[in-house]
Amino acid sequence: MSRIDRRFAELEAAGRTGLIPFVTAGDPLPEHVAALMHALVAAGADVIELGVPFSDPMADGPVIQHASERAIANGVGLDDVLRAVAEFRSRDGDTPVVLMGYLNPVEIYGYARFAQAAVRAGVDGVLLVDCPLEEAAVLQALRDAGLRQIMLAAPTTAPARMAQLCEAAEGFLYYVSFAGITGATHLDIEDIAMRVADIRVRARAPVAVGFGIRDAASAQAIAGFADAVVIGSALVDRLAGAADAADMVERARVFLAPIRAALDAHRKQQG
Amino acid sequence: MNKTVDFNAYPDTHGRFGNYGGSYVAETLMAPLAELTEAYLRLREDPAFVAELDRDLKHYVGRPSPIYHAERLSRYVGGARIVFKREDLNHTGAHKINNTVGQALVARWMGKPRIIAETGAGQHGVASATVAARLGLKCVVYMGAVDIERQKINVYRMKLLGAEVVPVTSGSKTLKDALNEAMRDWVTNVADTFYIIGTVAGPHPYPMMVRDFNAIVGREARAQMLEEFGRLPDVLTACVGGGSNAIGLFHAFLNDASVRIVGAEAAGEGIATGHHAASLAAGRPGVLHGNRTYVLCDDNGQITETHSISAGLDYPGVGPEHAFLKDAGRAQYVGVTDDEAMEAFHLLARQEGILAALESSHAVAQAMKLAREMSKDQIVLCNLSGRGDKDVHTIAAREGVEV
Repeated sequence: MSRIDRRFAELEAAGRTGLIPFVTAGDPLPEHVAALMHALVAAGADVIELGVPFSDPMADGPVIQHASERAIANGVGLDDVLRAVAEFRSRDGDTPVVLMGYLNPVEIYGYARFAQAAVRAGVDGVLLVDCPLEEAAVLQALRDAGLRQIMLAAPTTAPARMAQLCEAAEGFLYYVSFAGITGATHLDIEDIAMRVADIRVRARAPVAVGFGIRDAASAQAIAGFADAVVIGSALVDRLAGAADAADMVERARVFLAPIRAALDAHRKQQG
Repeated sequence: MNKTVDFNAYPDTHGRFGNYGGSYVAETLMAPLAELTEAYLRLREDPAFVAELDRDLKHYVGRPSPIYHAERLSRYVGGARIVFKREDLNHTGAHKINNTVGQALVARWMGKPRIIAETGAGQHGVASATVAARLGLKCVVYMGAVDIERQKINVYRMKLLGAEVVPVTSGSKTLKDALNEAMRDWVTNVADTFYIIGTVAGPHPYPMMVRDFNAIVGREARAQMLEEFGRLPDVLTACVGGGSNAIGLFHAFLNDASVRIVGAEAAGEGIATGHHAASLAAGRPGVLHGNRTYVLCDDNGQITETHSISAGLDYPGVGPEHAFLKDAGRAQYVGVTDDEAMEAFHLLARQEGILAALESSHAVAQAMKLAREMSKDQIVLCNLSGRGDKDVHTIAAREGVEV
């Protein structure tokens, strides 16, 4: 059983909603990525989404774009990201790590080479934003190596496609809460609840909801009907400008603690 | 080259040109792209739509554009006859209008009241603002902050036409970032918004649709060559940034095996200097802006900043059909430097009384290089894709002249 599957099974058994923080690898402090990941776990992360910086992040809002730009300016590449995961793995063998990013860095690295290196580093899955189901054949080498391919589903996804996605989903299915970019502010909770309920009935994999969740209140609103919530831009924004590793770790703790508490205050409905 | 390839058979239903093209976008865009593909495939077979498009191309754009045998320039160069396809004579002064007229009509037939566009030099932005004004559509143009500074006249033209110009300050603040930002707008406002992409890049169906709307250039030119010269040209050439004017000229000739095809990319200060925008000549296969194609990027897969004297060629990717034609050996892509383009600009002005756009001047330079090595009975057909009025300030500044 993969780390991702095991973690969601544990959450299910405990009736808890998973917390999946997203951070961009190399921002704010490129030499302390692993330390940040440990801090996320200490603050209650169940899965970590680690962003691979890319120069042209089409699906991301300004906060994550700028984090990506800073990381690139800091010289962070895919090898650095994998090194950070390996360093994290040396002290944490349980928390699943999903790399989130865009296809070109992986394409240039080479799919087979990347698959081997990522597994060796302890990566559990990848979410490549610009690689929809139709193009996923290029990721065969990753699947063969045991990496879970996390798929996105969106409010605009047509019913027939949704059925395909539910069928293909592995690890977890990431439901994009609204048609837009990361970091937006308005969520229609009722609409999300309805759609996620429908997906949870059909998908074999658990469903995580992301895009636009920024604090304890919005996380709690989602917690009632999702298997996990993803929180990215608001966290990245909070970490930006941290003076040193201790400051960064403290910011992560202060930001995530109330969200963790809000999720735990809310037992998940059975799906 | 494999002579059995039918180049009209591309792309396939997934938008693939061999290994290139496709739909590399976030899930949120898959439905709007499917909706657009369905609408476009239906409309291009709809006689009422086709008739309206033809009418607009004739009476609003001014088609057909002529071909013109540049006799003085040909004599000066010595060698083959140089013939220009005069896209510079279109309304708004470039080939860009062929595409925006087409896409704006698709937008109206789809019932979308708002159009968005990205622009580098501002030509596509102006062409989009133009058709939006004519059809009464709201128009928002995304433009890199650096380009806004470089192209003030075009920014003002767009505003005069009623468009809103939004500065993009992310990344390198140029065309590629404007494209990212337009995509983000589209994802967010897809219900009422149509995204008019200005070149043969982006996810399916854009490379196909933009090509189809520009392919009239080659269809006309092919018929005009047969009518006026009784034969096809020996070589075609056109400048390639994203590649829309080039594919527009090339497409009707792809199955004419006797016609050699050469695309001219921006070699900037020289490919060896790294300051260029020659994605095909010096890049590698990758994924950018929704399609697999040749891109300029570093070993970490980060897209690199490009350089060209012409903003319209200053793009780190290229249309996937060009990538396919390169790998298939059907077309060849070479670099033309800033200096060579400037020299061609001046020669054309002095020999023929034509101020060509700096983009098109790359093609003119390449046409002269080709002609020089060919015999007098041969013909080079070159796409003169746009006029140079927009560039006079850039040229004056480069040559230290105050205007």
